[in-house]
Amino acid sequence: MDKLQLLIAVSMALFALGLLGVIVRRNVLIMLMCMELMLNGVNLSLVAFAQQTASTAGAVLVFLIFVVATAEIAIAIPIVLLLARQKRAMDLDAYADLKG
Amino acid sequence: MIETLFLYLFAGTALGAAALMIVLRSPMRVALALILCMLSLAAVYALLEVHVIAVFQVLIYVGAVMVFMVYAIMLLDDRDGPRTARYSRLLVPGVGALVLLLAILAHGVWTSLPEPTLAAAGNLFALKEFSIAFLNEYWLHFELVSVLLVAAVVAALAVLQVGRRKHG
Repeated sequence: MDKLQLLIAVSMALFALGLLGVIVRRNVLIMLMCMELMLNGVNLSLVAFAQQTASTAGAVLVFLIFVVATAEIAIAIPIVLLLARQKRAMDLDAYADLKG
Repeated sequence: MIETLFLYLFAGTALGAAALMIVLRSPMRVALALILCMLSLAAVYALLEVHVIAVFQVLIYVGAVMVFMVYAIMLLDDRDGPRTARYSRLLVPGVGALVLLLAILAHGVWTSLPEPTLAAAGNLFALKEFSIAFLNEYWLHFELVSVLLVAAVVAALAVLQVGRRKHG
């Protein structure tokens, strides 16, 4: 297995594990962290492709993903704080009445 | 040779930490596993000689995002006792979807990997060259991203204001 194949396999596995965590876990904070794991998997594949094809566009896109991840966390954490303060639980089943 | 060994070592560490994130129960331990995963990914980036991304992975992800996350966990922890279930009802369909997704992605990617271009890949991602390319070609994206950050800060403040008004 050469280097690019290894990196792409690792990035796919990270993305899939993050998606599995979002689907399977019930704690809201852990689901947020699994979303970060998915973004990390995508970043790894972008860096691998950018380095392989010797173009800066992929690495620049990684920067933009960093910023989007920071903005996502900056908005998601206050929402989770408010939810947890109101429902007194971090479990997803406590938020079932949010279903539209 | 030794670089390949380190590449396998850090990639394996990242995968192991990601698997631990699914298994561990306490949110703080999950956060520490995620930090380990991000640090090993930064080491992988450094081994690929994309040093700028490695530095910013440590600075932004581990330094800012995960510190914020750990702070939130310290604020909110121990709301749920150990009696709450770790996994939702979707455990079996989730694992099935994981296997299916991996199979489809592997099939799609393996058949269309790009040919490596070896020309001058080494110093393209050095700090000076990368910064010049970044701020010359992608200055518009850079500025738009700063607008996005301002919007995120305003949105976070607005969310907290709504909560404060409701609670008095």
